[in-house]
Amino acid sequence: MLILKCPYCGVMADETELSPGGEAHLTRHGPGSDDTEFEAYLFMRENPRGVHFERWRHAHGCGKWFHAARCTQTLEVFGTYSAQTTRPPQDLLDTISEKRPGWRWRDLA
Amino acid sequence: MSTRLATGGRLTDRSDRLEFTFNGKRLTGFAGDTLASALLANDQMLVGRSFKYHRPRGVVASGAEEPNALVNLGTGDRVEPNQRATTTELFHGLSATSQNHWPSLEHDIGALNGLVAPVLTAGFYYKMFIHPRPFWKHIYEPFIRQSAGLGRAPDPEARDPDTYEHVHAHVDVLVLGGGVAGLQAAHAAGAAGAQVLLLEQSPHLGGRAPVDGGTIDGQDPEAWVEATVAALKAMDNVDIRTRTMGAGIYDHGYVLGYERLNDHAPWLAGPRHRLWRIRAGQVVTATGAIERPLSFAGNDVPGVMLASAMRDYLVNYGVAAGDRTVVVTNNDDAYRTAIILKQAGLDVPAILDAREYGGGALAAEARALGIRVEQGRAIAKVQGGKRVTGVAICAQAGAGGLLEEIPCDAVAMSGGWSPVVHLWSHCGGKLLWDDAQAMFRPDPDRAPTGADGAPMLRVAGAANGFLRLGDTLRDAEAQGREAAAALGFTPGAGAAPAAEATEEAPLAPVWLMPQGARDDLRKKAWLDYQNDVKVSDVQLAAQEGFESVEHTKRYTTLGMATDQGKLSNINGLATLSRALGEEIPQVGTTTFRPPYTPISMGAIAGEAKGKLFQPIRKTPLHDWHEAHGAHWEPVGQWRRPYAYPQPGESVHDAVMREVTATRTGLGLLDASTLGKILVKGPDAGRFMDMMYTNMMSTLKPGRCRYGLMCSENGFLIDDGVVARIDDQTFLCHTTTGGADRIHAHMEEWLQTEWWDWQVYTANLTEQYAQIAVVGPKARAVLDKLGGMDLSAEALPFMGWAEGTLGGLPARVFRISFSGELSFEVAVPAHRGRALWERLHEAGAEFGATPYGTEALHIMRAEKGFIMIGDETDGTVIPQDLGLHWAISKKKDDYLGKRAQARSHMTDPDRWQLVGLETLEGGVLPDGAYAVAPGRNANGQRNTQGRVTSSYHSPTLGRGIAMGLVHKGPERMGEEIAFAMEDGETMMRARIVSPVFFDPDGEKQNV
Ligand SMILES: [Zn+2]
Repeated sequence: MLILKCPYCGVMADETELSPGGEAHLTRHGPGSDDTEFEAYLFMRENPRGVHFERWRHAHGCGKWFHAARCTQTLEVFGTYSAQTTRPPQDLLDTISEKRPGWRWRDLA
Repeated sequence: MSTRLATGGRLTDRSDRLEFTFNGKRLTGFAGDTLASALLANDQMLVGRSFKYHRPRGVVASGAEEPNALVNLGTGDRVEPNQRATTTELFHGLSATSQNHWPSLEHDIGALNGLVAPVLTAGFYYKMFIHPRPFWKHIYEPFIRQSAGLGRAPDPEARDPDTYEHVHAHVDVLVLGGGVAGLQAAHAAGAAGAQVLLLEQSPHLGGRAPVDGGTIDGQDPEAWVEATVAALKAMDNVDIRTRTMGAGIYDHGYVLGYERLNDHAPWLAGPRHRLWRIRAGQVVTATGAIERPLSFAGNDVPGVMLASAMRDYLVNYGVAAGDRTVVVTNNDDAYRTAIILKQAGLDVPAILDAREYGGGALAAEARALGIRVEQGRAIAKVQGGKRVTGVAICAQAGAGGLLEEIPCDAVAMSGGWSPVVHLWSHCGGKLLWDDAQAMFRPDPDRAPTGADGAPMLRVAGAANGFLRLGDTLRDAEAQGREAAAALGFTPGAGAAPAAEATEEAPLAPVWLMPQGARDDLRKKAWLDYQNDVKVSDVQLAAQEGFESVEHTKRYTTLGMATDQGKLSNINGLATLSRALGEEIPQVGTTTFRPPYTPISMGAIAGEAKGKLFQPIRKTPLHDWHEAHGAHWEPVGQWRRPYAYPQPGESVHDAVMREVTATRTGLGLLDASTLGKILVKGPDAGRFMDMMYTNMMSTLKPGRCRYGLMCSENGFLIDDGVVARIDDQTFLCHTTTGGADRIHAHMEEWLQTEWWDWQVYTANLTEQYAQIAVVGPKARAVLDKLGGMDLSAEALPFMGWAEGTLGGLPARVFRISFSGELSFEVAVPAHRGRALWERLHEAGAEFGATPYGTEALHIMRAEKGFIMIGDETDGTVIPQDLGLHWAISKKKDDYLGKRAQARSHMTDPDRWQLVGLETLEGGVLPDGAYAVAPGRNANGQRNTQGRVTSSYHSPTLGRGIAMGLVHKGPERMGEEIAFAMEDGETMMRARIVSPVFFDPDGEKQNV
């Protein structure tokens, strides 16, 4: 039962208010993409022990989607941020680097 | 025999006699007794039978760890199996029965299982499961069902008459456990200013300290507890709940508490159990430690008890487990039991101390009382069947050679103590092995962490491995202060009280008694009392290659009973590590899972039962339906009329009548539950083209189009009619169950992928009442209401118009899900009932008939229209359903387009939609499979299709069905066979067009 702060309405939301949306920052591949790209987009997911970026929706609150960065091992939450971005904010990446030196996640580090 | 002494019992009130029954026998106890203490006071040593061998079992412990004394509690609707007698408070009129025996507790035929014991060894279930199925079904299963199992479930027709509730709490520091450590930790955190909640599972605060003795701040522990509780109660920021167990600890400081409000007094009003859902900034667990049994032959004979439990019964309840008690131990603590028994005037023929070096000051005190103390000695074997009659003594160092026999009627055993680390482990806390004390205790460097990455849980006192009174209190003070400090509170100048306890000699680990016990002794040395797992079973598992403790647990069922191995765990894994020749920490422990002890299903459900199980969504016409005898069907959270049977009419006959009335005259359907989502904005057309497989951007205002929505996986997820309201606005109708899901689906794409598109969505489902006016007389009745020109010229098929109908503001959509002339009329929700009643009034001359969902289904199936959830199941693409016409070929992109180009999606071997006409006129079972020649690798028949919808059509007078069939559309006219439920009987059907009725649409185009 996680608690995540919704960056839109500012509520510290209990997990019962949230619905999970899987991995963050996927790049959509539509018609014209090759099978490998499309497979990667639709099915291939990170399953890290450690730093992870996820999508969540404040479903039983303001209804907004947002992003969360957290550690799957310790459940530490590094931060939450807007859904309208393709990359986590730099200050959040810096925070993670401070707490988890040498971390990697897809092309982020 | 076990008996009540003339005096004593700090928790009982001898002026308050309580009557209760056990297996129908009338017995008496005192207020303050537990069921276990009252049974022992009545010399009821035998309280149950074990799971597998039906061995006689007596009370072994005094608390939540009890594996044996499980009873059926209550009668009638309130019967509840597997209740621990040791934690059941006695009340007047309590009725308990023992479990797992036949025909009676005293004479159990299943004890014969002992004779077949050789086949019931470790891995029994695993080995049997791989036998051929008939062998299992006809021989093993009936035997196991008859003989195994604990307790009986209540009558399935019974309804729990009690109420339950959930309560939410937010606190700074949550302390779990109200022994001296918990009290001290709560005091430290409370004094620092933190909001503190302390939960104690038993009715009493103070834990073991008042029984175990010593002094705190120069006082008797009982007096100290009283003073400390008074001090805590005087603090506004501290709350204490007794009879409330910390059941489980989860992520980010989420804790479940389980409060038993009136199990001890069922006549009280109010909820029986309360589930506490707590968010705590910091948690301190002060859950104490549990004494371990020793593994010697016959350690399960009634009368063999944990030394600490025997002390509890004597001090707390004035009950002696026996007249002559032999004490057997590997540590000093058990000497306290011997001393207390002796001081109470009972006989202690011997203390058998497995340690060659013997005990410390407590041993000297015992000797001074005249008790015989034997060092380096062990129990070879307990004598007696249904109760202890004596013990055979041997050297601990040997294999069990008899030295002496001592007659006795009770044995007090102590194998050392195990901290209760369950809650710590629930949320990921790791353990370390403390060699000196032979115990796992929490590793403070690997604590469970919270959202901020810092430890969220601390352990205090005996649970943290501090077994001596002074150490316990010092640790508790420190943990309480640190918990408060972690939340920003400043602990004051207070200090832990000074405590004195007798010095103790070190414990010697003893995992088998005697250490080299012969085979016949190991086969009678029990580890898990409830699941009948012996030392020899774990050794056999190791021998058969089960090296992991988790595998051994499952193979032998060690620790898998309702007590989760609270007593057996450490002894079991020590036995395993010895068998493997490894150290205990290398073998490790199994994982503890919540809840700590079982909690009631009622508490989990809370208020969510009966009418409050889930909210019911009602359309504006709900009351009318109810008043007109609707037979309800749940659709999502909605209730929709399935049909409106008239007095004396069956539901089936009502459905048939409704279909015929609609097809021949006028039917009225409450379609208000259909989802209505408004999509608006400059980019609405572009967005709609991505959401639907169809081209929606070209739809003209005033027109409607049937559309399909797919997931990015390509699968069909919803369908419905879209109406274009104006250039920038679309109204999307979704399925009844799909409105919220589809709205969320749209929002997800808008917010997370195309956030720069200017589009807004609003779910207007409940804003409108929508009524389908259907049948040859549909236009006539609307014309009677008047106000709008609904002629074929003014409002052609798939058009919509806005106006005033019979004085009501209305949108009229000329769409049809039945193949009839049909108008769906939407009015503001609060005008729905007025419109509905006017339609019935005006339609009376046309035989206006309300129809329900089943008539709707039949009429759509007669026309070959698909239904989401019938023809689709999450693996079906529109192309499977012959819906190519609704998939735009002009669009570059829509959700699902790329997926539908994958090789499996374009495979010509996919099953495709057809109609199915039974040859003899019967109705195919929904979901039936069409068989194909041959069998698959599992020996099952091959299949070539399945039924997705099936009805009796009153219009055609026979069974009609739709189904997905391999290359179906190419096989028109072919007959195929569908297997009935028995898998043998076949029903034959002919593959036909799914459009059974009016294929040219002549009825709707008028
Ligand atoms: Zn929010």
